[in-house]
Amino acid sequence: MSILNLLKIAFRALRRNKLRAFLTMLGVIIGVAAVIAMMAIGQGSKQSIQSSLSGMGSNMITVQPQSNSPGSVRLAGSSIQTLKLEDIEAIKRLQSDNINGLSPVVSSGGQAIRGGNNWPTSITGIVPDYLHIRQLQLQDGIMFSDNDVKKSAKVCLLGKTVIDNLFTDGSNPIGQIIRFKSIPFQVIGTLVSKGQSNFGQDQDDIILAPFSTVRNRITATNYLQAIYASAVSEAASDAATAEITAAIRESHKLLPSQDNDFQVRTQAQLIATITATSSMLTVLLTAIAGISLLIGGIGIMNIMYVSVTERTREIGLRMSIGARGKDILMQFLIEAVLISITGGILGVLLGITSAYLIAYFLQWPILISQSSIVISFLVCGVTGIFFGYYPAQKASKLDPIEALRYE
Amino acid sequence: MAKNKILELHELKREFVMGEMTVRALKGLSFEINSGEFVTIMGSSGSGKTTLLNILGCLDKPTEGSYFLDGIDIKGLNRDELAGLRNKKIGFVFQSYNLLPRTNALENVELPLFYNKEISADERRERAIKALEAVKLGDRFDHTPSQLSGGQQQRVAIARALVNEPVMILADEATGNLDTRTSYEIMALMQELNTQGKTIVFVTHEPDIAAFSSRTIMLKDGKLQKDSINENPRSAKEALASLPTSDDY
Repeated sequence: MSILNLLKIAFRALRRNKLRAFLTMLGVIIGVAAVIAMMAIGQGSKQSIQSSLSGMGSNMITVQPQSNSPGSVRLAGSSIQTLKLEDIEAIKRLQSDNINGLSPVVSSGGQAIRGGNNWPTSITGIVPDYLHIRQLQLQDGIMFSDNDVKKSAKVCLLGKTVIDNLFTDGSNPIGQIIRFKSIPFQVIGTLVSKGQSNFGQDQDDIILAPFSTVRNRITATNYLQAIYASAVSEAASDAATAEITAAIRESHKLLPSQDNDFQVRTQAQLIATITATSSMLTVLLTAIAGISLLIGGIGIMNIMYVSVTERTREIGLRMSIGARGKDILMQFLIEAVLISITGGILGVLLGITSAYLIAYFLQWPILISQSSIVISFLVCGVTGIFFGYYPAQKASKLDPIEALRYE
Repeated sequence: MAKNKILELHELKREFVMGEMTVRALKGLSFEINSGEFVTIMGSSGSGKTTLLNILGCLDKPTEGSYFLDGIDIKGLNRDELAGLRNKKIGFVFQSYNLLPRTNALENVELPLFYNKEISADERRERAIKALEAVKLGDRFDHTPSQLSGGQQQRVAIARALVNEPVMILADEATGNLDTRTSYEIMALMQELNTQGKTIVFVTHEPDIAAFSSRTIMLKDGKLQKDSINENPRSAKEALASLPTSDDY
């Protein structure tokens, strides 16, 4: 019997018991919809974390001080003073092809004042490379030059939050003077807003000034809070990390037996850690959804057994007029697959709809990947075959004489 | 018409093992049926009628002895081969019609041809229409069994038995569920098909029905009791005409 005819028979059988077929499908529908929606949520949040992290500079490498004397009290990184300008020079001397940006970072908290407005913020002393390391962009004005750094020029760039709080009158900040810890800085540029980071930090609450100016006039120390560098690519970031580590160790004259008194981190590592967590969540959610699909499959099996039993006479008749076991097997298998595939289609639609509803009402990021649709669809087909096979086989093994007499 | 053998039974035995007991349903049957015959197989309950019918219909195989259907020894055939043989050589007519519910007459008649790959969809339809017209149901193609009377349902079943152009129509108490008038109508149809050359094997326990056939095989206790040629079969058409035309109640 041809597939087309088998499909016709299966359609008719299902149409005969519309409600029953629908209820059976419901298990599959809910299962598939749950898989799709869960994967959409999981992958959506993963993607949003990933994109905001790489927005911070996916090739960024940060070097921070760290205590290397396990016996003593371990202080927070910011209060340890191990990184120096010489370390920067040591890295520069490498002339590494893996590194395409390098900047010292010193910063100090304090009050920024302009006219009658003041705002508690912090000033960060850097060199021009910093902009591209952090992937910051100028909204307006210009970046200070290496020459400004050399001259300890009293110029600065402002983030949006600082502008909003100091220039409440809405005037153009470019060219104006603000004071930070009573040092006057001329505003020469403004930064494009980056919004909140994933950790709730306001990334626009910054003042950038030449490294030398901040160090000489505000922090008045030789030590650096951090060194920021960028690798030429994400792939090069491991090599760059190794080179930087080696250079700083040498500059700090550490013996091979000694631990690092600093810590080198790449953004890629951070992304990997965070996405691993979110991947695990996705797997977990999907597994739970998968279980409901399994239950849907058991529902199909159950109803197929009922269907085989109540159509025993029909099976007997079909066999007596020439249907082979294979024909009967295919007839019921196709019926089961039809239930699961139809349920799958409806489930995909319901899953996509509910994912969009979640995105709309809860403002959660979602991402519906084609693979999740294809996979759940395939799983559906397999579910139909797997759970439909045993009832169909039972039907095909019936003795036509017994089946014809079945009441 | 050449008198070739459609059925050939030789010392046919069928035993059923039930626990420790062996039930011998058929104890050595031998007979032949030629093409164009209208044979009724009769016997009381327990005579082995049903067992014989199952074997003749290739639904069951003999324990001993041989059975040739249209020259084919069914002994060596497996389940699928038997199914193929039933599909091509036998047309079943059952007591309870066994039509597919909620499926129209035409599709019910087409059913056997679905299991024959050599027949195209067009030919299938054409032959089903022809078969339905042969049983005078040319105007009932799209009626489902529930919309047909018992007699009409049985005629659809007969059309289904004809559609694969079998060598033999095998009827199992085909009039058992019908009233006298309708039974006669069915028998008239059977006789008509027989005169057109169809071989008919009709299993019944009603002597009344057997009178319409040209030969009667009587079974008793799994053995052949009597095999008699009916030189002068009763005409079902005339019997029908002799029935009172109006109902008494």
